[in-house]
Amino acid sequence: MSVLVYIENSEGVFRKSAFETISYAAAIATKLNMPLVAVSIGNVSQDELAKASKYGAQKILNIANEKLATPNSQPYASAITAAAKAENGQVVILSASFAGKSIAPRVAIKLNAGLAENVVSLPEMNGSFIVKKGSFSGKAYSIIEMMDGIKVISIMPNCYKVVENNVAPQIINFDFIPTEVDLVVQSKERIRSSNTISLPEAELVVSAGRGMKGPENWGMIEELAKVLGAATACSKPVSDAGWRPHSEHVGQTGIAISPNLYIAIGISGAIQHLAGVSSSKVIVVINKDPEAPFFKAADYGILGDAFEIVPKLIEAAKTFKANQN
Amino acid sequence: MKILVCISSVPDTTAKINFTPDNKEFVSTGVTFILNPYDEIALSKAVDLATTNNGTVTVINVGDVTTEAVIRKALAIGANDAVRINAPARDSYFVAKQIADYVSKNPFELILCGRESSDHNGSSVPVMVSELLNQPCFLFAKNLVIDGKSATIECEIEGGKEVVSTSLPFVACASEGMAEWKIPNMRGIMSARTKPLVVVDPIEVEQKVKLISYDKPASRSAVKMINAEDVSQLFDIIREEKKII
Repeated sequence: MSVLVYIENSEGVFRKSAFETISYAAAIATKLNMPLVAVSIGNVSQDELAKASKYGAQKILNIANEKLATPNSQPYASAITAAAKAENGQVVILSASFAGKSIAPRVAIKLNAGLAENVVSLPEMNGSFIVKKGSFSGKAYSIIEMMDGIKVISIMPNCYKVVENNVAPQIINFDFIPTEVDLVVQSKERIRSSNTISLPEAELVVSAGRGMKGPENWGMIEELAKVLGAATACSKPVSDAGWRPHSEHVGQTGIAISPNLYIAIGISGAIQHLAGVSSSKVIVVINKDPEAPFFKAADYGILGDAFEIVPKLIEAAKTFKANQN
Repeated sequence: MKILVCISSVPDTTAKINFTPDNKEFVSTGVTFILNPYDEIALSKAVDLATTNNGTVTVINVGDVTTEAVIRKALAIGANDAVRINAPARDSYFVAKQIADYVSKNPFELILCGRESSDHNGSSVPVMVSELLNQPCFLFAKNLVIDGKSATIECEIEGGKEVVSTSLPFVACASEGMAEWKIPNMRGIMSARTKPLVVVDPIEVEQKVKLISYDKPASRSAVKMINAEDVSQLFDIIREEKKII
């Protein structure tokens, strides 16, 4: 019996969420007194694979079939299932990333397992197996008991800290040949926007709303984000107006995020917006309206015009970063 | 082209979420239930596709009789008929099994869903339905173009996008930007009352997860205002007090 963790790579490099997921899985494996097996799919170098052992993966299964070079949820789910069966996996853990959310439910069905999505903390494992997951778009949590049998869990990015836990790397090539049934989707083109940080995984997020008056004023938002090493986000009215892409919209009908620091500039703080960002660890609100509801949901507030405050913040961020180095 | 749209009835996005004192149940008193916003986009897309492809749109919901108001709304927007599987939506596996069972007996060429429901946010039902039917699923589709039996889909991926091609049947999920919202007109609302709504008994499904209770995020302490003249200190204050950057 083992605990199995799927670790996602991006062009051969493990994502930060991969190390969070391994750290989380290692804690479960320790508690259950089972070995931790990591599964990697695609072309990943031996050096990169060995990194998984820094966080507690005793065994790393490398599935490098050429038909799996491009991420594809159907054959990936079959490959993870094959690995879970070979290792007698009792708990299978994935990141609740775009890819993880597309794979985890398939693995659960294939393994006839229970599934808990968007889990935010370690399970309670005293006889029963109880997890806490996000629900009502960030307004609440659901506490779920997972019944006996195999369990599949996807964990929210940024909810579990990376913990170093060095073990000797043992990398094993795992043979898996996808079937034709799993290969009916052809990837035509993968386009990555350069120099941008994936919003769901970002530790720092700079977000702006209608208070910015127009898309032409986003330069300062992007600059502040760049200096801080943050991702950019926006409110719903901004993406609806086409000022920013929908992929940047955080909130109830956009994406829910839980960064360490969320800076909201010129966003009033409608309940639908708060829902998507309320699990941020620290929230800073900059608004010129003292009645903006967002101030009530913030840790720090700055009352003032974004066009005056943001340039000052950029300078502050530069000094802060310079002192850090 | 026969299109199925999976819909759910969820609390209004502006609703305050409250639970009974023991946190075991959601308090629905005073809460308006709406068609899940993502499902509404999926439905709008389905109606557009049906119009251009000489198709029909069926909506399916797993729920008790209280969800019929939302089903009628979907019929008013433009679905031709509706199916309600007569059982509370216990969990994502239960719902997915009901839908997949219905589809295995009544095939569709395309299944559209919302990317997630705004109450449980699992994004699991569409993927499970596709897995049970052995079909692809595009959970984070941004754009969907169908040409005869083949389709081109633009999907969101970590830090970018991917363009893929496949052929029908498959499951695709909608989020903002995939279609324009459709507002039901008076004719739609009137005709919705008489459109067919079939009620189907559920199949038995093994329970693998059980909701025990709910919890609310811890409330934040009072906001600390920082003078607009002193913003240069902001990041040092956050480091000092919160140790997160």
